[in-house]
Amino acid sequence: MSTDKKAWIYVDHAATTRMSETAIQVMTECMKDVYGNPSSLHTIGQHAAEYLAQARADIAECLHADPREIYFTSGGSEADNQAILSAAGQGARKGRKHIISTAIEHHAVLHTLKKLEKEGFEVTLLGVGEKGIVTAQQVEDALREDTALVTIMAANNEVGTLQPIAEIGKLCKAKGVPFHTDAVQAIGHIPMDVEALNVDMLSLSAHKFHGPKGVGVLYARKGTVLTNLIEGGAQERGKRAGTENVPGIVAMAAAMKEATTGMEERNAYVRGLRDSLIEGLSKIPHSKLNGDPKVRLAGNVNFCFEGIEGESLLLLLDRAGIEASSGSACTSGSLDPSHVLLALGLPHEVAHGSLRLTLDEENTKEEVDTIIQKVTEVVTYLRNMSPVWDELEKGERRHVI
Amino acid sequence: MLYSEKVMDHFENPRNVGKLEDADGIGEVGNAKCGDIMRMYIKVKDNVITDVKFNTFGCGSAIATSSMATEMIKGKTLEEALTLSNKAVVEALDGLPAHKLHCSVLAEEAVRAAIKDYYDKHGVAYDKNQFCSFDCVACHAEDAHE
Repeated sequence: MSTDKKAWIYVDHAATTRMSETAIQVMTECMKDVYGNPSSLHTIGQHAAEYLAQARADIAECLHADPREIYFTSGGSEADNQAILSAAGQGARKGRKHIISTAIEHHAVLHTLKKLEKEGFEVTLLGVGEKGIVTAQQVEDALREDTALVTIMAANNEVGTLQPIAEIGKLCKAKGVPFHTDAVQAIGHIPMDVEALNVDMLSLSAHKFHGPKGVGVLYARKGTVLTNLIEGGAQERGKRAGTENVPGIVAMAAAMKEATTGMEERNAYVRGLRDSLIEGLSKIPHSKLNGDPKVRLAGNVNFCFEGIEGESLLLLLDRAGIEASSGSACTSGSLDPSHVLLALGLPHEVAHGSLRLTLDEENTKEEVDTIIQKVTEVVTYLRNMSPVWDELEKGERRHVI
Repeated sequence: MLYSEKVMDHFENPRNVGKLEDADGIGEVGNAKCGDIMRMYIKVKDNVITDVKFNTFGCGSAIATSSMATEMIKGKTLEEALTLSNKAVVEALDGLPAHKLHCSVLAEEAVRAAIKDYYDKHGVAYDKNQFCSFDCVACHAEDAHE
């Protein structure tokens, strides 16, 4: 099978991205030439240590952090787990066993919180309303004397909504409660300055911004006590054992520098594509854009189409060369539709028919036009064989959207 | 590849898709909440299923199993059609992923529901124990996260 990018319209950038040429180049060079173990004392090892230090400094700069606050991990999930478990551990020592989060977090956060609940923590999951946005006021109202952590994502992976991180950071700082944000979807799309945003911990993942898979970062503000998830050697200031993935880390730094440069120009272009796509898909009867129309990532489009199911839509789009994603249960192996769409108040039967298209600067207006045409065709085709649509058309079932 | 070539073929080129306005029996199983609904229409003459059509709301395997089930019962007697098992549908499709097996159960149930409807409408006596409650099994399955 050819996965040549010209043969496909790839609109699943929230799932993962193609590596940038620069990242591939530095990664390859690194694999060939920088093979030492950064913990080795000899010249070859120290050569690798220098690359690692430079990558750490570059990433710190992108986040407006200190290099000593950057911990390399295997990706966003590990960073989320470590951030939450660390804050929970510290909280528990002070008798604080309450955590505030939202109903639309990634499972790396939600499942970690579930685990903590079983260990006696109390978790408040804030609702996000039909637009998919939480408010700082909601956080303030939920804060308690025993709140150990507030963990709220910067941008949602499914509906792309942006959360008021600056306001929440300011509030948490004033109240003295640690604040973690899962910025996996945000890096390279919105500015993430940990100082300006008053973030204490932040998770990111390289493959979401044209870096390699299997590598990420946990930023932890100076003074944050981290709990180890992996025991062993003294790498990462003793907080994350295991020989560092030097080529991956160096490539991540290169990709991050690229992704955080010229962000506004890129966003303006991608936002234009997004809005055309939204406009085009809105013409399909009984369709609905999920999430806030404006307060969302520049490349995120998430639609529901009544009367059809998401997986069949995705399979037919794939056959038409369009690589998209869905909040459909069937795609994930679970039978429940997306927890994010349900949190937005969509009924189950509508949430089953969702489509997520995530664009980036590599997409074109022509591609957007093709997508609009193909999605319209496929939705019509599937509706014609859907007994649900039949009932809707006959008035035996009420339209929800 | 998630699905076999046979599944993809029946999904992309479903056989007997549509409605029969003058159907002798109509069976509908599943519900929209759990993500699959199948409606099957049968035309019966001299105890033989002479025509069959389906409408399905659901994933790729739900559409493919509906299509395969219609092919497997067309031209069969009602008694033969009632022996159609979900396992036979799965085998005819060269297999389904484990978490999609419930779709084949729905296909079997849709066929049975259509035949039961035919019996009810035409005053044919039958053993009620032959038919299950047509509860959507999918909705009772354990939530399996990735």
